[in-house]
Amino acid sequence: MKGLYAIYRKELGHYFVSPVAYIIIGLFLLVSAYFFVLILGNVIQQSYQATMESMQYGGGMAFDAPSMAVGGFFGILSTLMLFLAPFLTMGLYSEERKRGTFELLMTSPITETQIVLGKFLAACTLLMIMLLPTAGDLIYLFFHSEPSPPWRVLLSAYIGIFLLGSAIFAIGSFFSSVTESQLIAAMLTFSAILLLWVVGYGTDSTGYLASALQYLSLIRHYDDFTRGVVDTTGLIYYGSFIFLGVFLTVRSVDSMRWRRA
Amino acid sequence: MIEVQELTKSFGESTAVDHISFTVNKGEILGFLGPNGAGKTTTMRVLTGFIPATSGSARVAGFDVFKESMEVRRRIGYLPEVPPLYPDMTVVSYLDFVARIKNVPAENRKSRIDDALQKVNIEDKRHELIKRLSRGYKQRVGIAQALVHDPEVIILDEPTVGLDPKQIIEVRHLIKGLAGRHTIILSTHILPEVSMTCDRVVIINHGKVVAVDTPANLATQMKGGQRVHLEVQAEEKALRAALQEIPAIKRVTAEPAGTAGRLSAAIEVAPGQDARSQIAEKIVGRGWPLFELRGAAASLEDIFLELTTEDSAHASKKAN
Repeated sequence: MKGLYAIYRKELGHYFVSPVAYIIIGLFLLVSAYFFVLILGNVIQQSYQATMESMQYGGGMAFDAPSMAVGGFFGILSTLMLFLAPFLTMGLYSEERKRGTFELLMTSPITETQIVLGKFLAACTLLMIMLLPTAGDLIYLFFHSEPSPPWRVLLSAYIGIFLLGSAIFAIGSFFSSVTESQLIAAMLTFSAILLLWVVGYGTDSTGYLASALQYLSLIRHYDDFTRGVVDTTGLIYYGSFIFLGVFLTVRSVDSMRWRRA
Repeated sequence: MIEVQELTKSFGESTAVDHISFTVNKGEILGFLGPNGAGKTTTMRVLTGFIPATSGSARVAGFDVFKESMEVRRRIGYLPEVPPLYPDMTVVSYLDFVARIKNVPAENRKSRIDDALQKVNIEDKRHELIKRLSRGYKQRVGIAQALVHDPEVIILDEPTVGLDPKQIIEVRHLIKGLAGRHTIILSTHILPEVSMTCDRVVIINHGKVVAVDTPANLATQMKGGQRVHLEVQAEEKALRAALQEIPAIKRVTAEPAGTAGRLSAAIEVAPGQDARSQIAEKIVGRGWPLFELRGAAASLEDIFLELTTEDSAHASKKAN
């Protein structure tokens, strides 16, 4: 446990001295805030239109502007995650190998599991730190929209984005452990996420294959969370992704001893 | 303290370490000497548990390096070929991290770090970022890292590489000072380093042990035996004839010295014999002016070259 904490501590500290983390988090916050403003404008315009139409033709559909804004915002967050997360995990192991510090870790009295979990938990902590400021946008929405979006939906959406991000980090951590090059690690991670992202697209028909593919899709379960549905299927899905990613990373780190140095 | 038996490590087709055996006693400094690519680093990596051996066994402090790896890792301090440093950390936070992963209890950590810093003499750089340090200082941080948990066994892979002559002397003193309390293996391809610091030497070439002995023994008892250098004013033929009369002399090579009429000769004497007085007698007896007569033991360098080149000649013969 002490070994795990030592790795966690070092790794988190490392994020805060590396320019990569600052650039990625800064970009994430900037772009998400920009889209937040765009989405708000868009939703307001649409709700005006809806109001006008209902006045002209009478009746009309119920228009839930706050939910649309929340849904759109979390959609943007997930897309940004797809593009930015690979940069946050690419160096986890490849950098250690390149610098030779991997030899220090592997000859110290700590297990591979401690190393991998310490690094993964540090990455998840960074994810939380990265997501925290976006709450500012939503707090604004919470106080200025009528009706305000239910806080349960916001909470479930945050659980969703955190699970999605952690699953991506688990995948990224595995790919970082298979190569010495950070660039290749980032590209492999990005490709894997992209494939898992689009795997359910265009299979709206029923049938075993279609539903299996839909189940595999990274984003489908996330959509439930952003609508305020905390579903056990989704929890199991992301949970097993994280477990698998961490497990494969441990195996891969262990197997490095057997590979040709 | 360390027992290596029939240790073999192959990478696919090639064998990096081929059935080597040696032991290191407690408190001893063992030098691991060999040309680049001889298998020194591979052997050290097996001993530290970084890579598993293909066959054979190695025990450190009574524990098997593979089966009881954690016990061994707790007892070893290891400086790899490239010092394993995090450039963005300060010296002291780096050593704190290493102390943590080496299980140094919290209450001892600060004193252990101070002790390590003091031993390698970098106390003044403790709050410096590692990336700002010079090559020599980085190497010292690397050594401090291997000492910070006060391990029983210290394994240093080429600890003086990249240091300037003054630093090299300092590091050698440091290593000598660590012996007794710690058992040390250090690898090097620099010969004087071995004769200056090590109690015993393992000479390794092409993954095989070619000699194990103390530096002094290697230098005296080995094949080369004694050598005598001679500068004399004489005819080459006559000189050879005179020297051939001495039974202990194995071989004479002579060439004209700088000054006209003088010869400079190198005489190889059979091991364990001293032929200097007989040589002097012969020369003085014939009335040749003698300018220099000097005995020299074969240096470690000669032995090393002899052992490693002989072995490679042997190996290439086998290949044919």
